[in-house]
Amino acid sequence: MAPVLQSSQPWVEKYRPRQVKDVAHQDEVVRVLTNTLETTNCPHMLFYGPPGTGKTTTALAIAHQLFGPELYKSRVLELNASDDRGINVVRTKIKNFAAVAVGSARHGGYPCPPYKIIILDEADSMTEDAQACLMPCGAPWRHTQKLQDSSSFVITSAGIIGMGMSLITGPIIEPLASRCAKFRFKPLTEEIMSSRILYISKEEGLNLDSEALSTLSAISQGDLRRAITYLQSAARLFGSSISSKDLISVSGVIPGDVVQALFSACRNGNFDMADKEVKNVIAEGYPVSQMLSQLYDVIVESDDISDEQKARICKKFAEADKCLVDGADEYLQLLDVASNIMRAISNMPQECSFGS
Amino acid sequence: MEQDCPHLLFYGPSGSGKKTLIMALLRQMFGASADKVKVENKNWKVDAGTRTIDIELTTLSSTHHVELNPSDAGFQDRYVVQEIIKEMAKNRPIDTKGKKGFKVLVLNEVDKLSREAQHSLRRTMEKYSASCRLILCCNSSSKVTEAVRSRCLNMRINAPTEGEIVNVLEFIGKKEGLQLPSGFSGRIAQQSNRSLRRAILSFETCRVQQYPFTSNQAISPMDWEEYVSEIASSIFKEQSPKRLFEVRGKLYELLINCIPPEIILKRLLYELLKKLDSELKHEISHWAAYYEHRLRLGQKAIFHLEAFVAKFMSIYKGFLIETFG
Repeated sequence: MAPVLQSSQPWVEKYRPRQVKDVAHQDEVVRVLTNTLETTNCPHMLFYGPPGTGKTTTALAIAHQLFGPELYKSRVLELNASDDRGINVVRTKIKNFAAVAVGSARHGGYPCPPYKIIILDEADSMTEDAQACLMPCGAPWRHTQKLQDSSSFVITSAGIIGMGMSLITGPIIEPLASRCAKFRFKPLTEEIMSSRILYISKEEGLNLDSEALSTLSAISQGDLRRAITYLQSAARLFGSSISSKDLISVSGVIPGDVVQALFSACRNGNFDMADKEVKNVIAEGYPVSQMLSQLYDVIVESDDISDEQKARICKKFAEADKCLVDGADEYLQLLDVASNIMRAISNMPQECSFGS
Repeated sequence: MEQDCPHLLFYGPSGSGKKTLIMALLRQMFGASADKVKVENKNWKVDAGTRTIDIELTTLSSTHHVELNPSDAGFQDRYVVQEIIKEMAKNRPIDTKGKKGFKVLVLNEVDKLSREAQHSLRRTMEKYSASCRLILCCNSSSKVTEAVRSRCLNMRINAPTEGEIVNVLEFIGKKEGLQLPSGFSGRIAQQSNRSLRRAILSFETCRVQQYPFTSNQAISPMDWEEYVSEIASSIFKEQSPKRLFEVRGKLYELLINCIPPEIILKRLLYELLKKLDSELKHEISHWAAYYEHRLRLGQKAIFHLEAFVAKFMSIYKGFLIETFG
């Protein structure tokens, strides 16, 4: 691709770590991979973890560090969900790529081990069939003399939020997961995030006070990419000095008083008032899923609601969330949630006494 | 804006000015040439393994931007998104200063994109960010995956308040040289549900119906809304299988006239809630949400609408018997 103008680059790309050791907060992963780089002994790898924790970054960095810029093109195949990745691509493209054996001559100071790397980004969105088809690319190939040691996979799977077990039973099929060395990427802690953000704001000449910094880490919930995107957006809109209010306005987090207004309307027990608040939330364009998660925090933290009432409300939250994912109407769902909160707080029976 | 325009995601209720903003933004970025749009029927031949898929889609394009509704392609939307972005990335425009610029791709209704298409957007957005910027436009950002949202600058566009609508209507009235009686524009704004587009349309309708305006001139609601309120009152009058059968006919009539079923359901709920006890309101709003969800999952809208009406009748009748014996 043609050289990119520095200024037109998103900061997420601009400040992407280029070396494995620069990847923040993933100490175990970095340690194992640095070892890999020294010995050039590379197992199949599966990276998993929440978005914005550095999975793609690590995969790209290790490929670059192993082969350097010159050999990179011929030795590394990068496939992501935007490429068609049905079973057919695995059968033809990946196998053809992996089938050509390569030598191990060192090249320009890079280790250049005698195998290729295939990076499958966002592997969880691959079809199950395609994943099943990947398996023979792993183990048996190593034993046929023809293809011996000619390829090694790095699979990064983005968007899986959950622990190891749910991953294995989840989007990545079990037999494939068991063929890989698994690396879990942790959500970043506040300190790590802050130090990275401070570094970027220094490079870009931004002025960030400590309140804004803690707000930024709070709203991005351990997702560094999101934090950087917010920062860049805020910098573009409000110039070089950024307050925490500016950050909230670009992040799409609903202001606390809007949530409170809805909650107190529900507390009041008047259906029409709550209906009016719900209509207002919809008209203001706040995303209901965001509203639900913030309302949830408010309810769980409030002291004067009994545990039983909270349980009743939370059950409804879960149902509404599922319905929203299915594409149900936002107004009706939020109204239903509001009505349930009202009923729970005023201890009205859940079931209706009328009709069948 | 100059060089560092991020990807943008506009979201907000309809009639709040998302499209207007996008067009204004493009005009300011690229000058008048962004206005010279041509409508094209593009054909893509996508190679999907063993077979090739033909996709035909209408696009609106100028030299600087392409606008399209990827959800029109149905379940093949994924291919459209991938193909067009790659195509755009291949031929980058060069601006007057000899620098390589970027093109803008406006995608409407991203909330209706399938999950796969949204997945395929995520890395593409990063990879081709040098040559192509995306402007996404949708009604609710809940339906856009987190991964896509975190790559965009999210812009919430709220609906105008009634006061703002009144201001706009008065401005239009002045420009068109119309005499507005006091409170008239306020009433239009009240009926518009905070949608500016609707307010202006009903203003225009009133102008056609009767001019000069009188201060108590009726602002006629939309035909279908009147029809729904008729349905509601007929449900209140009698709850019986026979009445249900009649209502069914009316619902069919609405569906045939291309009123989306979820809008019918919402309006019907609105009409029903007006006349109910608060105890029943909870129950009815719950069932409305329940049947609307099923409506999305199911295929035949009429079943779910009818089920909602039947449910309402049964609850209401039970309530009447309980209260009045």
